[in-house]
Amino acid sequence: MSISISEAAARHVTRYIAKRGKGVGVRLGVKTTGCSGLAYKLEYADDIAPEDVVFEDNGVKVLVDPKSLAYIDGTQLDFVREGLNEGFRFNNPNERDRCGCGESFRI
Amino acid sequence: MALLQISEPGQSLDPHQRRVAVGIDLGTTHSLVAAVRHGVAECLPATDGRVILPSVVRYLDPALGGSGRQIGFDALAAQVQDPANTVSSVKRLMGRSRAQVVDVDKLAYTVVEQDGMAVVETVAGRKTPMEVSAEILATLRFRAEDSFDDELYGAVITVPAYFDDAQRQATKDAAQLAGINVLRLINEPTAAAIAYGLDNGSEGVYAIYDLGGGTFDISILRLTQGVFEVMATGGDSALGGDDFDQALAAWVLAQQGVGATLNPSERAAVHAEARRVKEVLSSSASESFRAVVAGRTIEQTVSPADLEACTAALTTRTMTAVRKVLRDAGITKDEVKGVVMVGGSTRMPVIRRTVGEFFGQEPLTNLNPDEVVALGASIQANALAGNSKDGDLLLLDVIPLSLGIETMGGLVERIVPRNSSIPTALAQDFTTYQDGQTALALHVVQGERDLVGDCRSLARFELRGIPPMVAGAARIRVTFTVDADGLLSVSAKEQGSGVEARVDVKPAYGLSDEQIAAMLQDSFATAQQDIQARALVEARVDADRMIAATRTALAADTDLLEGDERQQIDALIEALTQAVGSTDAATVEAATAALAKGTEAFAALRMNRGIRQALAGKKLEEV
Repeated sequence: MSISISEAAARHVTRYIAKRGKGVGVRLGVKTTGCSGLAYKLEYADDIAPEDVVFEDNGVKVLVDPKSLAYIDGTQLDFVREGLNEGFRFNNPNERDRCGCGESFRI
Repeated sequence: MALLQISEPGQSLDPHQRRVAVGIDLGTTHSLVAAVRHGVAECLPATDGRVILPSVVRYLDPALGGSGRQIGFDALAAQVQDPANTVSSVKRLMGRSRAQVVDVDKLAYTVVEQDGMAVVETVAGRKTPMEVSAEILATLRFRAEDSFDDELYGAVITVPAYFDDAQRQATKDAAQLAGINVLRLINEPTAAAIAYGLDNGSEGVYAIYDLGGGTFDISILRLTQGVFEVMATGGDSALGGDDFDQALAAWVLAQQGVGATLNPSERAAVHAEARRVKEVLSSSASESFRAVVAGRTIEQTVSPADLEACTAALTTRTMTAVRKVLRDAGITKDEVKGVVMVGGSTRMPVIRRTVGEFFGQEPLTNLNPDEVVALGASIQANALAGNSKDGDLLLLDVIPLSLGIETMGGLVERIVPRNSSIPTALAQDFTTYQDGQTALALHVVQGERDLVGDCRSLARFELRGIPPMVAGAARIRVTFTVDADGLLSVSAKEQGSGVEARVDVKPAYGLSDEQIAAMLQDSFATAQQDIQARALVEARVDADRMIAATRTALAADTDLLEGDERQQIDALIEALTQAVGSTDAATVEAATAALAKGTEAFAALRMNRGIRQALAGKKLEEV
């Protein structure tokens, strides 16, 4: 079981947490919704829950609840820039199919 | 493909639910667009990494082909070589006629009048200020859409607190031309307060000192539990960093003995050099001013003290406005808990020092003064678009000038007093002045003076179909509604019959307007004069009513009068008619009182006759 975070993503997470003024790390998760059934969730984490699985990579704590972990095991969180557009992307090896928007997927 | 953003805990939105909403600071010298990304408000940069977009549009000769215009830094760079077709500071023209634009002849491009509106003459034809602003807004819109790879849902656009209805409407029209859905217009200082209020979370009374490129605003705000209430606003819609540049340029030219009139490209070059020197002096002890004018090169060493001295009058003007707005808010400077500095011109050390000394505390400068307004607007936009689930940010704003209607004799009846918080709806009842009056003309005005002629006319409309009644019997309710954008609608309804008329004040650009800041100062300087004028008008209205009533009575019951009584009353009416022409209220009042006294006996006789007629032929128990 592992979740990793790219150097670029780690740099941005660290910067945004500093700007926001609080937070222990980011929480990755999966919701059952969206056009392809599942959607990624990316949130600031202020507390670590007892059931959370915590990964640390490039100096950033990544929190995942055990239920979500089954869907995203092996995922790398990356930060990409396409022209002016920039943001985070889940590179998830379990993903079979995703909708055109990239926000929801199937495994 | 949409990329993900970090959300606040528990606030992840479902796919496709997020709406891209931005805040836009449409400034006189430069504009910015900001958005809340990853839960943090930040200005969106262009591809070159710069967040500032100079509010400059250059129109190219259509005969040369090409896209026809340059916007931002490209246009700014071309200003010196092509000043006549390069439009800067267009915000000063928004919603104005040519005559209302301050120092219109000092602009490097040609402004002409068209349909009561100031428009710019360019090589590509006439351009309205809304069209020019729309170019800037559209550039920011595309930047935002590229940054999110998504369509823009809407924007909050900021305007100076001093903008009147015409200027606000012009701003909305410009946004519409740019294809932007305006979620709300908010006042610039209020946006700054949002940016600071949320970041620091501290409560109390704050002063927002905003010295931008072209406008100066001072606002007193109260922050309580995340709610901002604007207590008062004031300032000067024609004072900004540009004026400091011009004052410095004028001083240098005077020092160098340059008396000749400069051509437009020289003027633009001298102005740009003055701005550069001013900015350098904010962190340097001396700077050299170099320019080529009238065929010779001038060079002048300028120290911060020189800059302070030649702009001292401008600094003083801002502080006069600060004192006045404190009086309006009914507070002393000791009650102000913090002073927020907004606008690039507040980087000048002399401004920070003067403001700091006045309030007896260091002003707050921890956010970038150029970005703070756009950041606050983006936070508001994000909340209005429904992206932040706890975004019930309640925003109270105020109207800058009182709104009212004209009453008999050209007096103003104020219905919405200035600094009332908006949105608001206020009503007042009026009645008819003459017997059988079936229509009422309503004249909506804006301003602080007592006489209609001294205020700004916003709209006129008529209420028709009032049933004939004696004077004073009709009850007409006039309701003023000001929406969250500060735009006004007025309705009038006769309560008995239900007839109604209404008008949305979408003011034609360029109505007869006194310069707004001058209007405010005027209302204080002329308070005494207004009191006398009001007293005179009221005395005249009373006198006219008295004459009309006496004549009606004489027509009905002249047989009650004996001997020379009729002649005496006629003489008093004649005397009062003469007195009405006087400009002294006391004279008119005295003559009115004389007529009232002279007709007392007659009134008593009429009363007796009326009672006799009412009782005639009736038994005692019937009465």
